[in-house]
Amino acid sequence: MELLVATAIGACTAAGIYLILRLRTFAVVLGMTMLTYAINAFLFVSGRLVVNKPPILHGHGEVHLADYTDPLPQALVLTAIVISFGMTAVVVMMSLGAFIEGGDDRINMPKDDRIMPPLKTIDDTKPEDETA
Amino acid sequence: MSPALIALLPFIGALLPGLLVRSGRSVAATASGTTTLIALLGLLLHIPAVMRGEEIVARFEWLPLIQLNANFRIDGLGLLFGILILGIGLLIITYARFYLSRQDSVGKFYTYLMLFQGAMMGIVLSDNILLLLVFWELTSLSSFLLIGYWRHLPAGRQGARMALTVTGMGGLAMIAGMLILGQIAGSYDISQILQSKDAIQASPLYLPALILILIGAFTKSAQFPFHFWLPHAMAAPTPVSAYLHSATMVKAGLFLLARLWPVLSGTPEWFWIVATTGLITMLLGAAIALFKDDLKALLAFSTVSHLGLITMLLGFGTEEAAIAAVFHIINHATFKAALFMTAGIIDHETGTRSIARLGGLRKLMPVTFLIGTVAALSMAGIPPLNGFLSKEMMLYEASHLDQARQLFMVVATVAALFSVGYSLRFIFHVFTGPERDDYPHHPHDPGFGMWAGPALLAVLVVLIGLFPNTMAGWLVDASATAVTQHAAHSHIYLWHGVNAALIMSIIAIAGGAALLGGHRPLLAAWDAAPRPEAKSIFDGLLLACVRAGRGLTDRLTNGSMPRALTGFTLAALFAGCYAWYTGAAGKVTRPMLPIEPVPFIGWLLVMTATGCMVFFHRVRLLALVLVAIVGLITSMFFAYFSAPDLALTQISVEVVTVILLLLALNFLPKRTLTETSSSRRGWHAFVATLSGVGFGALCYAIMRRDFAFDPISGYMLQNSYKLGGGDNVVNVILVDFRGYDTFGEITVLGIAALAIFALTQTLLQGNSARRLLNWKHDQARAGDRHPLMLVIATRVLLPISLVVGIFIFLRGHNQPGGGFIAGLVVAIALLMQYMASGYAWAQTRQTIPYHALIGAGVVAAGVTGIGAWFNDKPFLTSAFGYFKLPFLEEIELATAMGFDLGVFLCVVGAVMLALNSLSRIARRAGETVNEKPMDIDLSTEQQKGAL
Repeated sequence: MELLVATAIGACTAAGIYLILRLRTFAVVLGMTMLTYAINAFLFVSGRLVVNKPPILHGHGEVHLADYTDPLPQALVLTAIVISFGMTAVVVMMSLGAFIEGGDDRINMPKDDRIMPPLKTIDDTKPEDETA
Repeated sequence: MSPALIALLPFIGALLPGLLVRSGRSVAATASGTTTLIALLGLLLHIPAVMRGEEIVARFEWLPLIQLNANFRIDGLGLLFGILILGIGLLIITYARFYLSRQDSVGKFYTYLMLFQGAMMGIVLSDNILLLLVFWELTSLSSFLLIGYWRHLPAGRQGARMALTVTGMGGLAMIAGMLILGQIAGSYDISQILQSKDAIQASPLYLPALILILIGAFTKSAQFPFHFWLPHAMAAPTPVSAYLHSATMVKAGLFLLARLWPVLSGTPEWFWIVATTGLITMLLGAAIALFKDDLKALLAFSTVSHLGLITMLLGFGTEEAAIAAVFHIINHATFKAALFMTAGIIDHETGTRSIARLGGLRKLMPVTFLIGTVAALSMAGIPPLNGFLSKEMMLYEASHLDQARQLFMVVATVAALFSVGYSLRFIFHVFTGPERDDYPHHPHDPGFGMWAGPALLAVLVVLIGLFPNTMAGWLVDASATAVTQHAAHSHIYLWHGVNAALIMSIIAIAGGAALLGGHRPLLAAWDAAPRPEAKSIFDGLLLACVRAGRGLTDRLTNGSMPRALTGFTLAALFAGCYAWYTGAAGKVTRPMLPIEPVPFIGWLLVMTATGCMVFFHRVRLLALVLVAIVGLITSMFFAYFSAPDLALTQISVEVVTVILLLLALNFLPKRTLTETSSSRRGWHAFVATLSGVGFGALCYAIMRRDFAFDPISGYMLQNSYKLGGGDNVVNVILVDFRGYDTFGEITVLGIAALAIFALTQTLLQGNSARRLLNWKHDQARAGDRHPLMLVIATRVLLPISLVVGIFIFLRGHNQPGGGFIAGLVVAIALLMQYMASGYAWAQTRQTIPYHALIGAGVVAAGVTGIGAWFNDKPFLTSAFGYFKLPFLEEIELATAMGFDLGVFLCVVGAVMLALNSLSRIARRAGETVNEKPMDIDLSTEQQKGAL
């Protein structure tokens, strides 16, 4: 079973990395989602694979550690899942915003944007608008 | 009043002006003034105890592991500085009320000012150097805000940046020095450090520590060669200059020198570095001040000079010199704050601060003239004012040095001579002379509110000068005792008989008068002389740094994301391989679990879906569906391997994520074109495969081995019920054992949602808004957008799914469930309504804004945590009990439930706000708003049927 899990995690990782190397935002978002699965699963398996021993206490007597799987990675992964949703949402909105604002969904920085004005002084060129 | 409370009060005061921002200047000033006054009274009540030689201490453990504790202590030195900070603060608050105009945002000003005041009080009352460092940095930050308060002035912004750069860098150096000091002394408590003079001075690290601390103190107190930032900080509003640059912030460096005087002083290194720096600064500042045209620049350089004087006295290392230094701190604060406020009045009333455009104000502004003259004469050191007394003491100490006496005597006299020169210039070039008819405004004395503060200080100048021992002697004694750690007794007299100091004084006064007489030719010579301009050197250095940074960035990246990510992936891969081959992995100890048929089918599904997804990723909708399959199997994977909570979370997050991506895809192109060459794709596939194999192999290696160390979760399993009162250990970890992490996490989630909201706000304006208005969807819209079946089904489902949400929430502590999952389930229930009947229709039936939900969630979690404090437990300690409610099973009510409620609210708010943002974009792009829940109007259809 370990072999199956490891290959699945590996496949998700490879797919995720291949997708984040694409040139359009949507593919990159999907790639990050795939990477999220892989990384969450990786964190989870650091508690080792245990079947049918969920960390929910049965009875309030003495606790036999062998009866339960490791709860700590689960707690970490649980918040990681929710946080990665937050991250995905932000990234999606950013890519959507870039598409609406810029008219295309390319991920690379256009050449024109990279040309910065030559530095003559360190002072900012124009004062902020105070009335805004 | 507890010292901690005295330090805390200004921070409380800082909240008020911000909250009262609409109530106008007077209310904001009164609020700040009242808190300052209360703090001042609290401090003054401690005077008798301090005079008896007691120290008032308040200790709180903050981070005891790194010895960072909130320890506060009032001794003589803290008392002196506290009185200066709060007393002058009170005057400044009053003064600023009348100085600022209606256009200035007064709430912000007073908030910054109180923040600064609190930071200063923190510095002078801290009894822990790490705590002191925190407040020290806070003064740098708050002074940055104050100096740059007039954001529309470029000079203000530049000055603020320069001050922050210089004092911030000094602060960094000081952190290092303080850490060394604490290491040598074995404690970070100042009272402990002060006991270990011998250990510190014998240590080989004494010199590095000394130099680093001195850099911090010198940058803050504008000592040569860091003096240049102070004049540029004069772009601040004058109340700020009067407060920060006369009485408080620049004295923080001196405070530190005085505070650490018992352990650092007395060595040749101390004497030569500190006394010489002070001497140079004193001379340089005084000389430059004489030639400055701007009134505030004159005062700024004179401040530099006087700070140098005090530094030099502290550098002498003798008790008498320390007494003189402390006394001059008091005197300088009184006359300099009065002078700054006078300069501010002149600027305010005449419209200019340029001395060349002033003169003849004596008759026009008699009150200002009187105050300015008294204060300036004190600065010049004219008897019988207080400036004379401490300057005499300084000259006396300089003439009684054991080493380099001639040097110090001569230079000190010359500096005093310049000092007389610029002081007299302040009087004669501004107030006397013929009245002019070209002042920018017609000058007249300001209202009482504006001159009351400087007048009070001018009265003090005279009184301290006439009755030094009654007025200030006790305070000088108390603080000098704290500085030297020996009982100090000052003997301050106006007349000491004819001695070296008196002769030096007379030379200085005569020479200064002569300087004023010959000012015109001297100024011409000064202007003609070449000299290095500190600002251009500073700017040049900064520019070089920016250029270097830009050059490095340009070399590292060319704007191509795949290139950067490939580099990143390969680096991670390399690091992993390196660790694997150099480290030692344990033996394979765990047997493999047998492969069951159902998981095998799941594996087949994941592999197929992943493969197809990569292959078909250009067809975006299909790729999304395939990703969702992988997500669902992940959820089953969690369920199979004993993680029911994770399975529930994953499946609900999956639903929400897919909806989000679908909504985004509504706008994005539906297909991706092939843009990369096949060789490049091959290379990317190679990199991806390598890392996939590596990562999979790592997972496999981990899974086949037992834990190298006993996992810490044994504790959690054993104490989950005993301490946290819950059977679901994962949930207890989230809301109890690691509650603080969760608290941070929901905050981050809330921030992410707010960031999305802010992003949407900008998208709905300007260029992108115009694009959205003319949006052409690339696919035909569905005819029946709100189908009858869906509407009816979701309506039936809503109460059921809400009950499910509540059920999951309530059982979370003992069974799989909890705030996160319940929040997601409820969010999905709401989402279904939005999808079925359209956004606008659903939104009118939902009245609580989602931002409020997020805020309420974070507050609920925080309040639950703070509640533990009232039972003398650490933050987020939970209490619990079991209750029997009618018709229900026995349920548990734990305080952790309040925390979980916070999690729940935050998750619902964040998810809904993110999707809400997307629908706002859709509406801007011309999405029609339906008024009825579904497209077919049932009521009319029924009527038709009846007919």
